[in-house]
Amino acid sequence: MPKQVPNLRARNFNEVALGYTAEQAQAEANRCIQCPKHSCIDGCPVEIDIPGFIKAIRDDDMPEAVRIMKDKNSLPGICGRVCPQETQCEAACSLAKKGAPIAIGRLERYVADWERANVKSAGSPIVQPAPTSKRVAVVGSGPASLTAAADLAKLGHSVTIFEALHVAGGVLMYGIPEFRLPKDIVQAEVGYVVSLGIELELDTVVGKTVTVDELLSNGYQAVFLGPGAGAPMFLNIPGENLNGIYSANEFLTRVNLMKAYRFSEYDTPVKVGKRVAVIGGGNVAMDSARCALRLGADEVYIIYRRSEVEMPARREEVENAMEEGIQFKLLTNPKSCIGDESGQVKALELYEMELGEPDDSGRRRPIPKPGTEYIFDIDVVVVALGTRPNPIIPSTTKDLETTRWGTILTDEVTGKTSKLGVWCGGDMATGAATVISAMGAGKRAATNIDEYLEA
Amino acid sequence: MPDIHLFKVAAPNVAKKAQAGQFVVIRIDERGERIPLTIADWDREEGSITIVFMEVGTTTRRLALLETGDFIADFIGPLGLPTHIEKFGTVICVAGGFAVATIMPIARAMRIEGNRVISIMGARNKSLIFWEDKLRGVSDQLIVTTDDGSHARQGLVTEPLKELLETGEKIDRVIAIGPSIMMKFCAKTTQPFGVKTIVSLNPIMVDGTGMCGCCRVSVGGVTKFACVDGPDFDGHQVDWDLLFARQRIYLDEEKRSFEQWQSQYGTRS
Repeated sequence: MPKQVPNLRARNFNEVALGYTAEQAQAEANRCIQCPKHSCIDGCPVEIDIPGFIKAIRDDDMPEAVRIMKDKNSLPGICGRVCPQETQCEAACSLAKKGAPIAIGRLERYVADWERANVKSAGSPIVQPAPTSKRVAVVGSGPASLTAAADLAKLGHSVTIFEALHVAGGVLMYGIPEFRLPKDIVQAEVGYVVSLGIELELDTVVGKTVTVDELLSNGYQAVFLGPGAGAPMFLNIPGENLNGIYSANEFLTRVNLMKAYRFSEYDTPVKVGKRVAVIGGGNVAMDSARCALRLGADEVYIIYRRSEVEMPARREEVENAMEEGIQFKLLTNPKSCIGDESGQVKALELYEMELGEPDDSGRRRPIPKPGTEYIFDIDVVVVALGTRPNPIIPSTTKDLETTRWGTILTDEVTGKTSKLGVWCGGDMATGAATVISAMGAGKRAATNIDEYLEA
Repeated sequence: MPDIHLFKVAAPNVAKKAQAGQFVVIRIDERGERIPLTIADWDREEGSITIVFMEVGTTTRRLALLETGDFIADFIGPLGLPTHIEKFGTVICVAGGFAVATIMPIARAMRIEGNRVISIMGARNKSLIFWEDKLRGVSDQLIVTTDDGSHARQGLVTEPLKELLETGEKIDRVIAIGPSIMMKFCAKTTQPFGVKTIVSLNPIMVDGTGMCGCCRVSVGGVTKFACVDGPDFDGHQVDWDLLFARQRIYLDEEKRSFEQWQSQYGTRS
């Protein structure tokens, strides 16, 4: 798939990957052998009829490809860009055993982009389901919530989405940067979901503006919780509250949601930095580093305590970051943050690590190498160590059990919580994970909510 | 009143839930930033929230230009934990500057709970004094100060606060709200007397719901998020220098933003 060249894209926020042309999509679709096993479908958390939509591309019947896609997935433009297909549908592809699997993600993206460019209305004609007179409140508007809301609306239920921020989309809007997932694509797909007859209440913090118990006693028969695991984790090392040290959530929210990369056209500022260090090795760390570079930093470092093979980020994103000039300091960990007299960070104290025996996660445990400490000058630090659940909803909802990690105790298959009439899915149920796994959870919960409402 | 404004905003969902000590996050329009503002009062029947703010940067100056009937794009809340209200006995409520509007609902709630409420309000000069009668109405005793003596007693709020503590009368709790420096000195004043002193911290925030960690403060050596763990904290435990430093993060950017706005739209006479 064509991409913007690295030295150019490293200085702009436009999308990196440019997408297939019609000819490229045709050629890729023609590689699919339409094997009878359909193992790719088993690899998809939302069970898209993958061979079906590929066949429609091959037959040059794009409206049919769109129809097949949207039957299972309301957010194809998003999934085609951010799903880790290499570990899901593409890993299960029959061709993967002998060589390159079909580029299912790229074809999915092609179908979504074709629809946005060629279909005027918000989507394929919507078949109005018979209204059930049942009302469902969906909390949050990220991938889990949008999927649950869309599926429930398609079944005829009356759905209201409550979103805390001023725009819908959750992590798709505040977290994943424009150059990887353009915000007009997110808004187009949110628009499609809303067009299914869903009410969208922005600026509403469930747990503060209204509680789950109030929703249940004010006419909603079921509540789906998909608020994400929104609270950032820090390193708990000295100096971490110095100016210029951000959580990835804050850094990305300022840049993506509040558009600080267009300061002062937009009012929200962000520190650009000359030498930026991003702590962590996941997708969020790559996103933060690549944002810092695009804001105009001279040098950007990823500081990660294990080695390259243990990095949780998608291989593709690590390669993109390396091509753009992000420098990787592996087997390295920060010990403290050092500030100047005004309280601004000026350096990190780093030390080296080596890998020991595998730990609970199956990855080799990093062990500090004594006496390897050194000072590394830096003026902006982004801490991308993951998130933990935000306690606002559990702490304001009666009889809602949580786990020892603070996530909401949730049945993996049904999405049911300990509280009657309340379901949960996404990061708030599992801890930080992927967009598509959250969507799968939203879908399973919607099925179970429908059974509950129809019983 | 120069620079200080009280707005009544139609926000029925926020008004339904607002409690003393909480705040809202607002965004004026599509290009605006999100800023926290104190809830000064509310009317549940009318569905309105009263906010108070001082013109300090681009957002608050733009906000000040709005007229009756205009819209604020986003008005989110009530956020933060409400001030802890219970019957302590005698409570001193200290307000510096426009925080008189923040302290009023707290003093009122404390009094309704059965406390004897002594309020102290101070401002730089007479022109910045407002809600004096309103605060008097919810207090058993009110002391007013101005820095320059242009109204009531001359001096800083810490002076009558210290005198009250020195009388030996049992003071069970102090609530001090205002500029950070004023809260710091109120806490310093009460510390030798061992009177628990609650302050309302006002660091920079973005989402205001615990998502970003921009508002982190250190209290008793532990990092807290002012938006969800506060804004009220024990003033004797707060790391004030950290708060002051973090409030100044964007001084340069704020200046740039304001200069650009000013050159684009001019200033009011």
